[in-house]
Amino acid sequence: MNEMAIVRRIGRERSVERVFRAATFVAAVLVLLLLGGVTVSLIHGGWPALAHFRLSFLTTEIWNPVTENFGALAPIYGTLVTSVIAMVIAIPVSFGVAVFLTELAPAWLRRPVGVAIELLAGVPSIIYGIWGLFVLAPLLQRHVQPWLIEHLGAAPGIGALFKGPPFGIGILTAGLVLAIMVLPFIASVMRDVFETVPDVLKESAYGLGATRWEVIWKVVVPYTRAGTIGGIMLGLGRALGETMAVTFVIGNAHRVSSSLLAPGTTISASIANEFTEAVGDLYTSSLVALGVLLFAITFIVIAIARLMLMRLNRRALSSV
Amino acid sequence: MNRLAVRKLVSNLALALAGVATLIGLICLGAILWTLISHGLGGLSHATFSEMTPPPGNAGGLLNAIYGSLVMTGIGLAFGAPIGILAGTYLAEYGRGKALSAVVRFVNDVLLSAPSIIVGLFVYEIMVVRMGHFSAIAGAVALAVIAIPVTVRTTEDMLNLIPQGMKDASTALGVHHWRTVTSVIYPAARSGIVTGLLLAVARISGETAPLLFTALNNQFWSTDLNAPMANLPVVIFQFALSPYQDWQQLAWTGALLITITILLLSIAARSIVAGVKRGRR
Repeated sequence: MNEMAIVRRIGRERSVERVFRAATFVAAVLVLLLLGGVTVSLIHGGWPALAHFRLSFLTTEIWNPVTENFGALAPIYGTLVTSVIAMVIAIPVSFGVAVFLTELAPAWLRRPVGVAIELLAGVPSIIYGIWGLFVLAPLLQRHVQPWLIEHLGAAPGIGALFKGPPFGIGILTAGLVLAIMVLPFIASVMRDVFETVPDVLKESAYGLGATRWEVIWKVVVPYTRAGTIGGIMLGLGRALGETMAVTFVIGNAHRVSSSLLAPGTTISASIANEFTEAVGDLYTSSLVALGVLLFAITFIVIAIARLMLMRLNRRALSSV
Repeated sequence: MNRLAVRKLVSNLALALAGVATLIGLICLGAILWTLISHGLGGLSHATFSEMTPPPGNAGGLLNAIYGSLVMTGIGLAFGAPIGILAGTYLAEYGRGKALSAVVRFVNDVLLSAPSIIVGLFVYEIMVVRMGHFSAIAGAVALAVIAIPVTVRTTEDMLNLIPQGMKDASTALGVHHWRTVTSVIYPAARSGIVTGLLLAVARISGETAPLLFTALNNQFWSTDLNAPMANLPVVIFQFALSPYQDWQQLAWTGALLITITILLLSIAARSIVAGVKRGRR
C-alpha cells in the first residue's frame, strides 16, 4: 500500500514536470510567434495599399485622403531627418556623459548622476512630447529660430536649411526633443561598455605617458567599439520609431521641405495622428503600410544593434 | 608651446567638454521635472481623484482615466507576467545552450526595442478589426505584448544569478527539475523577478502609442472591458493638444501623476536590485 502511494507520487511528480517543461517551452515559442504575428498582421493590413500603389508608395510626396492618393515620401523623409538631427546631437553629448561617469567623476558623484541619467531614460515619451510643445517650441520660436534665419538663412548651401518663418514646431524641434530622449539610452549603454575595459589596459597606457584623453580615445574607444556602435544603433532605433515625443512637435504636414524649420511629419506621427480618423479602407491600409515600412527600418537597425551588443556581457546591459 | 603642453591642453579641454555634456543632460532632466511640477502641482486637488474627465471648458478630474490606466496595466501585467516569467525560465533553465534559446533571446531583444506604435497596429489588426470596435481588453493585450519582453529579459538575468551549486544540491535530492525551479530557484530569485515586474509596470504605465487605437478613450466612467476605456496617457495626449485651458491643466496634472508613479517604481526596482547585489557579495 505504502509502495503504491510512492509510485503514484513519483508518477504525479513526473507529469507535473512534463506540463511545466511544456509550459515554459510554449511561452518561449510565444515570444517568437509575437514577432511573427506582428510581421504577418502588418503586411496583411498594409497589403491593399502596397498592392495598389506599388513602388510609387515610396516615392510619392502626395498624401491626399480626399482623392485617396497616398505616398510615403514625406513621412520617410521626416523620420530620417529628425533621427539624423537627434543622433548628431545625442552621440557626442552621450559620449561626454559616459566619459564623465566612467573616467572623470569622483566616486561619490558617479552613482547619483548615473541614476539621474537612467531615470531620465525612464520618463515616458509623452512627457517629452508635452514638454517639447509647451516649453521647448516657444523657446525656439522666440529666441533660437529667428537667430538661425537671420544669420544662417542667407548663407550659401546650408542657408536652405534655415529658411521660412519661425513656427516653433517642426522638423528641427522634433529632432531636438528626440535627441534629449535618446541621450540617456545611449549614455547608459556607453557607460556600461566603457566599464568593461580592464583597468590593466588603461594603466599600461598611463604608464607610457598618455594623457587621460588619449587613454579614452586610443584605448577605451577602440576596445569598446562594437558595444558603443550597438548602443548608438539602439538609440537610433528608438529615435526612428518614437511616436509621442515627435507627434506633439512635428506639425503633421505631409510635405518634403528643405528647411529644417518647416513643419513635417514622421511615419509614427502620421499613424498616431490619423489612424483613428482614417475613413476608407485604402486610407487605413496606407497607414498600416507606413507601419510596415517603420517596422522594416527599425527591425534592421535594432537587429544590428543587438548583434553588436550580444558579444558583450549581457548582465552588464540588463538595464537597457 | 611644446607637444606635451598641447597634449595636456587637448586632454583637459576634452574632459571639460565631457563635464559640460553631463551638465546638459542633468539640466534637461531638471527642466522637464521642474516644468511638470510647476504646471502640474497647481492642478492637483481632491477633484483630480474624484471627478470624471470634463467636457471642453469645464473643470473636472481624472478619475475615469486613472481607473482605466490601473485596470489596463493590471490586466496587461496579468497576461504578460506569467508568459514572460515562463519564457525567461525556459531560457535560463530548460533551454540552456539550445539553438532555440539563442533565437528566442534575439527576437526578445528586438521586441524589447521595437517601436510601441507597431504593437498598437498589431493589436488593432488582430483584435479591434475582428471585434469591430475599440476596447479596454485590446488595450490591455497591447500593454501585455510590451510587458512580455521586459519580463523575459529580467527573469532570465535574475535566474542566471542563482549559483549552480544550489541547483545541484536540489537535484541531488532526486527531485524533478520543476521542483528545483519552483522550490529553490524562484524563491532565491524572488526579489529579482519582482524587480522585473516593477520595471514592466513602469514601462507600460506610460505607454501611449499602443493605446491610441486599441483602448482609445472614453469621456465617461466605464468598467466595461469590451468598450473603449479612458486612460491617462491618451487623455494627456488629447487634452494637451486641445485649445482649452482646463483640459491643458488636466493634461499637466496627469503627466505629473504618471511621471511620479514611474520614477517611484524605477527607484523601488533599483533599490531592490542594489539589495540583491549587496547580499550576494
